[in-house]
Amino acid sequence: MEIYILLGFVLLLSIFLGLELISKVPSTLHTPLMSGANAISGIALVGALMLSAEGQIQNVLAFFAILFASINVFGGYLVTNRMLSMFKKKS
Amino acid sequence: MNMLIDITIFQNLVYIVSSVLFILGIKMLGKESTAVRGNILSSVAMLSAVSVTLIDVDIGITIIISAIILGALIGSVIALKVKMTAIPEMVALFNGFGGMASFLIAWSQFTDTQPALLQNLLIMITIYIGGITFSGSIVAYGKLSEKINLEKGSLVTNILVTFFYLSIPALLIMMFAPALSIDSNFIFFGFLVLTVLAGLGFVMPIGGGDMPVVISLLNSLSGIAAAFAGLLLLNNVLIVAGSLVGASGLILTIIMAKAMNRTIGNILFVGYASASSSKSEGEQGEVKPITAEDAYLILENASSVLVVPGYGMAVAQAQHVVRELGELLEENGTEVKYGIHPVAGRMPGHMNVLLAEANVSYDLLVEPDDVNPTMDTFDVAVVIGANDVVNPSATEEPGSPIYGMPIIEVHNAKTVFVLKRSMSSGFAGVQNPLFFKENTRMLFGDAKESIGTVVSEFKD
Repeated sequence: MEIYILLGFVLLLSIFLGLELISKVPSTLHTPLMSGANAISGIALVGALMLSAEGQIQNVLAFFAILFASINVFGGYLVTNRMLSMFKKKS
Repeated sequence: MNMLIDITIFQNLVYIVSSVLFILGIKMLGKESTAVRGNILSSVAMLSAVSVTLIDVDIGITIIISAIILGALIGSVIALKVKMTAIPEMVALFNGFGGMASFLIAWSQFTDTQPALLQNLLIMITIYIGGITFSGSIVAYGKLSEKINLEKGSLVTNILVTFFYLSIPALLIMMFAPALSIDSNFIFFGFLVLTVLAGLGFVMPIGGGDMPVVISLLNSLSGIAAAFAGLLLLNNVLIVAGSLVGASGLILTIIMAKAMNRTIGNILFVGYASASSSKSEGEQGEVKPITAEDAYLILENASSVLVVPGYGMAVAQAQHVVRELGELLEENGTEVKYGIHPVAGRMPGHMNVLLAEANVSYDLLVEPDDVNPTMDTFDVAVVIGANDVVNPSATEEPGSPIYGMPIIEVHNAKTVFVLKRSMSSGFAGVQNPLFFKENTRMLFGDAKESIGTVVSEFKD
């Protein structure tokens, strides 16, 4: 039980930290920020890798969890990078 | 100390480092000069967190490798092949996949263990948020790519919306299922299906113009789902990274809602249709059309021009000719600025992405607050496929549904050109008095063709 309270603290503090970190974002960066954050939500990949593989259903669920999270991670980072490389200031 | 504890300690140490890198990465993503490095930093964080997890896994290595390779392939192909104009729907799609992963994680945890009360609660919340994020994002994808075109109020939409409202009490019951001694796989599967249907019902009735808010919100939810999956698996890097995404999505959602001067609840559950019905249709006067050739003559003599793009520019794919026109005007000695409204288009920053793709320097882009005070110094404001974000009703007509929404006040410029296909009203369904103003000239037709004509006049 204590572990959940502790992790609940981590959750709450991280949300506040996030709100503080990005409270003022120039509108140029709204899309890249969203897309970059989207790639980070692919962290579910770590969770998917931690799943157990007891029976057949578990294996199928794990496979698809890893698959979807990987699409999110690779697609998310690549498209953010592609987008950011277009934002150039011309001299 | 045995081997297993060593591995867990090592993993947790690396997770801490990853969390710090994620925090720095997302912070740097919020500044123009550091955004590229921020994204790279966050991908390094992802790589280290994933690698260290791989040291000790239960799932067979063949399954892991094939799933990751397949995912990498699909993700990379979509990300590199897709056109920049299709970015909004693609972000929506990736977002949905992240939600799906959390959904499946919680499902697996349910099947795996006989969950105690608290675990069961976390499982159900993760399933709910993950499922809604998934199917909601799929609907957002469908709407943005114009594959789904269901009207608000249609029978299918109403049924789906009913599922959404049913899903809320269902979630509450499932959260406390062990205490209520409900343990049937049949009921659990029913809940899984209901969750997915609820996501469809959540997004389906929301109009295209409100998509910037919805996409930001779904973005936030995908992070929250991952954070709850982290609580479930007792994994701190999932919690930290998920929460950061949740927070950044929430901030964007609030920014978007503010830019429309509406509450998030109003956007999600009410919509424009039931806002106070617009009043007197009369005293609109006449519109004054203009030809592209005449527009050229006026532009040639202008010393400052403000371009205000909207969703119409994206539809007409006119960003490249717009940039060309901007360059020709600058060569001609005209000062050119681009006025960008935060909710112009279909996602946060949509216009910025399109103009960046067309190579418009971002220091030429100005926000409403910067440009409105000096609007009367602009000789010409060129409105390209934008409607509600330049509607003067927002400042002049207290009865209007969009009254109070911050707009780009182009009607204060000396002359306004409005490029538009026809006289239909914008997503808000509100008439736009701008079209009937004394200083407004309407340039009807496809924006790309109209500007193309002006550009070729310049070149002659």
